[in-house]
Amino acid sequence: MRSATASAREKARQAVADATRWQTPELAFWAVAIAAIFLFPSRHLLLNEIAIVGLFALSIDLILGYAGIVSLGHAAFFGVGAYTAGLLAKAGIGEPVAGLAIAAAVAAAVGFATSFLVIRGSDLTRLMVTLSVALVFVEIANRFESITGGVDGLLGISMGPILGLFEFDFGGTTAYCYSLAVLFGMFLVARRLVRSPFGTSLRALKENRLRAGAIGIPTARRIVTIYTISASIAGVAGALLAQTTAFVSLEVLDFARSADGLLILVIGGSGYLYGGLLGAIAFALMRDALSSLTPAYWMFWMGAILVALVVVGRERVVAKFAAAVDRLRGSGS
Amino acid sequence: MADLLRLENVVSGYGDAVVLNGLSFAIKEGRSLALLGRNGTGKTTTIDTIVGVTRHHGGRIVLDGVDISAAAPEARAHAGIGWVPQERNIFKSLSVEENLTAVARPGRWDVRAVYTMFPRLGERRRNLGGQLSGGEQQMLAVARALVLNPRLLLLDEPLEGLAPIIVEELLAAIASLTREEGISAIVVEQKARKILATTDDAIVLDRGSIVHRSTSRELLGDPAALDLHLGVTSRN
Repeated sequence: MRSATASAREKARQAVADATRWQTPELAFWAVAIAAIFLFPSRHLLLNEIAIVGLFALSIDLILGYAGIVSLGHAAFFGVGAYTAGLLAKAGIGEPVAGLAIAAAVAAAVGFATSFLVIRGSDLTRLMVTLSVALVFVEIANRFESITGGVDGLLGISMGPILGLFEFDFGGTTAYCYSLAVLFGMFLVARRLVRSPFGTSLRALKENRLRAGAIGIPTARRIVTIYTISASIAGVAGALLAQTTAFVSLEVLDFARSADGLLILVIGGSGYLYGGLLGAIAFALMRDALSSLTPAYWMFWMGAILVALVVVGRERVVAKFAAAVDRLRGSGS
Repeated sequence: MADLLRLENVVSGYGDAVVLNGLSFAIKEGRSLALLGRNGTGKTTTIDTIVGVTRHHGGRIVLDGVDISAAAPEARAHAGIGWVPQERNIFKSLSVEENLTAVARPGRWDVRAVYTMFPRLGERRRNLGGQLSGGEQQMLAVARALVLNPRLLLLDEPLEGLAPIIVEELLAAIASLTREEGISAIVVEQKARKILATTDDAIVLDRGSIVHRSTSRELLGDPAALDLHLGVTSRN
């Protein structure tokens, strides 16, 4: 009996190990992200921005890709995290990691409080509710000008060295290394979460919420939990932006930020965590390239590419790309 | 023996439409009940009402002495009701193992135990639900209900559309669960003769009300009642 229990435990341990084992493309992705520190020394500011936007998209992927919750207001948590980190630095708590932890907690609290608004209703209701929550936060930040700086933004943020050791530099090297480390840490948490039975139950409720509830999955509790975690990660992304740019404006709460997050997931795909990261890279590179090529019309071309991507289908584009790579490999060998 | 589940004058349906109008019956601990009737008589609505996915208009549903009429579906599941829905309704985007681990609760029935009962599921543990045959999906639906460690299993047309050999396999599993494991079960089924041979008691519904109540053996031995209530020929 004891050996049977031990064997069952061993099997369960093996199953978890199988599910969490790192695949070669994953290792390659993170290796390239680290190598970028040395490969693109003049682009660290852009890379930092990509890491932050990728983390924000990752937070949206947790609710959209795994629990099926559509949100147009996730910028609210990004903004709460940014303002928290900025205000803490202004108040003298300039150590970035401490600021990050507090920003995560505050964003999580706001996420928890507003999560009850997304438990019920259809996708359309959720879109409206989440958008409204974000608009409320924009107005709050605008009204409390004496605290937030209003439309002028939060000025005079002075960040201390990370853990008292690493000073931020003008080239953005420390900023990128810091953001990449935080992104990786958050990614590990998210990866572990979505591959656990908790993550599986989220996918079950995404497929059919009524059925999931009837077979014993506490759907409301699951949604509240993942929404809170997602808000916390969005808050961390916001805090990173505030700390690495030493500036916070109303733009952190902007609707466009939430929409960009969703667009990034349209580009990269949702429900596998890397979609947000790959999408953020593609989005930033496309924007960078198009704005250099056609400074006046880059938004037009960006829109055209996104429309084409949606109409043709990302999977089909990726399949064609993969087939072309295979053909090239074939002709090369 | 005390009643495990009791329905007292239950009135329920979908939206404003009432399907069950004052339904009352009980099932004792460790017993199995065949819920029979022609199409559209309220069998699935009865199961859905016990699970909690219909609109409850009146009456009481009592599980082990506790009124669960107002409880949410997940609370009923945690209280010990395992549901095997019509047409299986497994999660097709999840693997076999994920379908199980998503809902599993501590108890005698863990993933390993259900693989012992349904070895085929163990062999296909990494396959997606959508890649399984109809029989395998049905086994998975039963296994998914079992890992909740229920006291009462509700099976809605578990034999529908299955090959004869799979039907026999599933009937053996249902018999083993009710007779050897002591799990109570309510089974809705069109294949009346098959399920009457496996269950203890039988109820026949017509237009949301009970028109026949007896032991399964009595109903099975009464061709006139079978023909009257179910239109069952000697082959069914």
